[in-house]
Amino acid sequence: VSAPPRAAQLGLVACHACGLACSDDALDAAHPRCPRCGAALHRRKPGSIQRAWAFLLAGMIFYIPANVLPMMYTDVLGSGMESTILEGVVEFWSSGSWGIALVIFIASVAVPCMKFLILGLLLATTQRHSTWARPERARLYRFVELIGYWSMLDVLVVAFVSALVKFHGLSDIEPRLGIFFFGLVVIFTMLSAMSFDPRLIWDSEKVGEPE
Amino acid sequence: MIDAPNLPREPGDPAVRRRRMLPSLVWLVPIVAALIGLSMLVNAWLSEGPKITIAFKTAAGLEAGKTPIKYKDVVVGAVTAIALSEDGTHVEVTAELARSASSLTREDTRFWVVRPRIGIGGVSGVDTLLSGAYIAADAGSSEETSRTFTGLETPPTVISGMPGKTIVLHTADLGSLDIGSPVYYRRIQVGRVASYELDESGKSVNIQAFIDAPYDRFVTTRTWFWNASGVDVSLGAEGFNLKTQSLATILSGGIAFDSPPYNPGEVAPENAEFTLAPDQKTAMAPPDGPGQYLQLRFAQSLRGLAVGAPVLFSGVELGRVVSVGLDYDPTTKRFPTVVGIVIYPQRLGRAFDKLPKAEGGSPEHAQLLQTMVGQGLRAQARTGNLLSGQLYVSLDFVPRAPKVAFDATARPLQVPTVSGDFDQLQEQVSSIVRKIDKLPLESIAKNLDAAIANLDKTLQQINGEVLPQTTQTLQQAQKTLDGAQGMLGSVLADDAPLQQNLNQTLQDTRRTMRSVRTLTDLLGRHPDALLRGLPANAVPDEPAPADLSEDPVR
Repeated sequence: VSAPPRAAQLGLVACHACGLACSDDALDAAHPRCPRCGAALHRRKPGSIQRAWAFLLAGMIFYIPANVLPMMYTDVLGSGMESTILEGVVEFWSSGSWGIALVIFIASVAVPCMKFLILGLLLATTQRHSTWARPERARLYRFVELIGYWSMLDVLVVAFVSALVKFHGLSDIEPRLGIFFFGLVVIFTMLSAMSFDPRLIWDSEKVGEPE
Repeated sequence: MIDAPNLPREPGDPAVRRRRMLPSLVWLVPIVAALIGLSMLVNAWLSEGPKITIAFKTAAGLEAGKTPIKYKDVVVGAVTAIALSEDGTHVEVTAELARSASSLTREDTRFWVVRPRIGIGGVSGVDTLLSGAYIAADAGSSEETSRTFTGLETPPTVISGMPGKTIVLHTADLGSLDIGSPVYYRRIQVGRVASYELDESGKSVNIQAFIDAPYDRFVTTRTWFWNASGVDVSLGAEGFNLKTQSLATILSGGIAFDSPPYNPGEVAPENAEFTLAPDQKTAMAPPDGPGQYLQLRFAQSLRGLAVGAPVLFSGVELGRVVSVGLDYDPTTKRFPTVVGIVIYPQRLGRAFDKLPKAEGGSPEHAQLLQTMVGQGLRAQARTGNLLSGQLYVSLDFVPRAPKVAFDATARPLQVPTVSGDFDQLQEQVSSIVRKIDKLPLESIAKNLDAAIANLDKTLQQINGEVLPQTTQTLQQAQKTLDGAQGMLGSVLADDAPLQQNLNQTLQDTRRTMRSVRTLTDLLGRHPDALLRGLPANAVPDEPAPADLSEDPVR
């Protein structure tokens, strides 16, 4: 059983925006455009691996201050307290609120770390044209894209809570710099996932050869 | 430009064309991120302050990661960890200070926990009721720095940098003073007790007091300090005495000071040393100088003579009684009272300077005393207060005192005594009573009784016989008087013949008088009429005044 021919083998290029199949002669132009919708025309996302790596690195770098710096300042009856993500998790866990601790831990620690690992794995294997576990890798990519949006949960919670809890003198909650960096982490990991072209996973496939 | 998709094409190379993008631009993102992270790291490293360990007895109210460290009410750090010491006797609190607060690592910096405290002296740390305890710091001034400190259990009363002055007071005992006890000047609180410690000798207490800035200039080298603690009630020979400084001092004690109104001396330097007197009177008294112990033997009982009672010499309080005890005299088989007194000759003031100088030699004292005893110096226990019966010892020259041998070599020196005023009075009263006792009161009473019985008889006689007769006589006299009154009424009536006759007689007399006057007038003007008869121009019938008025005109 041989794999079906690739678009490139057929001398075709599909427009990313409208799906129009064009001759790959168009790619020779300086700035190839889709003749129908005018979108930029390219066979794969340009500089995909590089961009993904850069954004991933930036995200990983920002993940350090996001964890070290306090995320939220809670002031209840005059006793102010700044807490980082992990402190919050530990506090909720020790006070018995295991569910909340678990949610925070998954949303703030487990998911970002998982994204770093998955993206790093995808990028590394794709760069090496590895043929290892390609369907699983594709599934991982879809998973990363899916959870990307939900990583903003923490940022939203802090934004909501600090806007709602403003009882002057009694209790007060203010965001701190950590949540900003956490937001940056989420944005950069999403950008990294977006930059990655999942088709690159399959580019290592030997065309016309039996699997 | 549209290529038909069904156009047959030769399958070309599947080479994926990689456009030469601008990798540098994309890589700027992680570089910038790294730079931000790095700058924050550097910033954190630069702003990281010293880590210190403070030992406290308990960690009550302290919480790792929460409890702040405040200096001048500014948060300069936070407690990062609380752990028991290795031997378990205290708590070691690890705290991280801000870099700007590295001055707090000076060796003599003090740390204490601010908790709400309610004491007699006042309430403090109320703000921590809601916010929880915090560690307060007071920066020291030492050049040396340290990383380990011992926290104070109670807040210090004097914070460094406060304008004012520290003084040291020496006192025999602390009394009711405590750290934070107020210091008053003219009943205004001007300072407080900062600390106290037992003197190394163990015989006195050294109190460090702090006087606040505008008032510290009133502390001079000659300032008197006294303990104004509580209520000073004294019931002595001077009577009942009650003194207080303020309501707070009644409860928590205090110190008051004042300076001599004249010649107050220089402003005292920092850490100047003073003596804390037990009360104001003692404080203001001139220095006593060395005391001289004397012994007095009184034959009579000395109820009311207490230790501490004054010893007066010519009205000057010269010393006080230090002991009162009994002795046994085997020869007379009596129990005389032995009173020990201490006198301070310097209290005599000017008189002391004029006395023959005794350069610390007691024989001179003894000789002086000998001559004075020879002149009649005697000790007397006198009643200072009749109400309370308190006695005091009076040293005075008693005239006609019996001669007493004085042993100048005896130690302690003994001053002969005479019985006191009150005792003499008592003796006189008792002798009078004895004389009264000797009177033959019974026979006097009997005689008096008989005399009174006779008198009673006489009076009865008078009542029975004399009084009725007297009544009769009086009634008769009344009648007589009534008769006389009726007679007088008839005589004095307007139409009574006596009255009419009297009127007539009076009118006759008047006429006679008038004719006599005419005659005298005539004779006055014409004295010759007596001899020659009446002249022709004479107007004998004219009234005399008319003639007299016309005469000068003619």
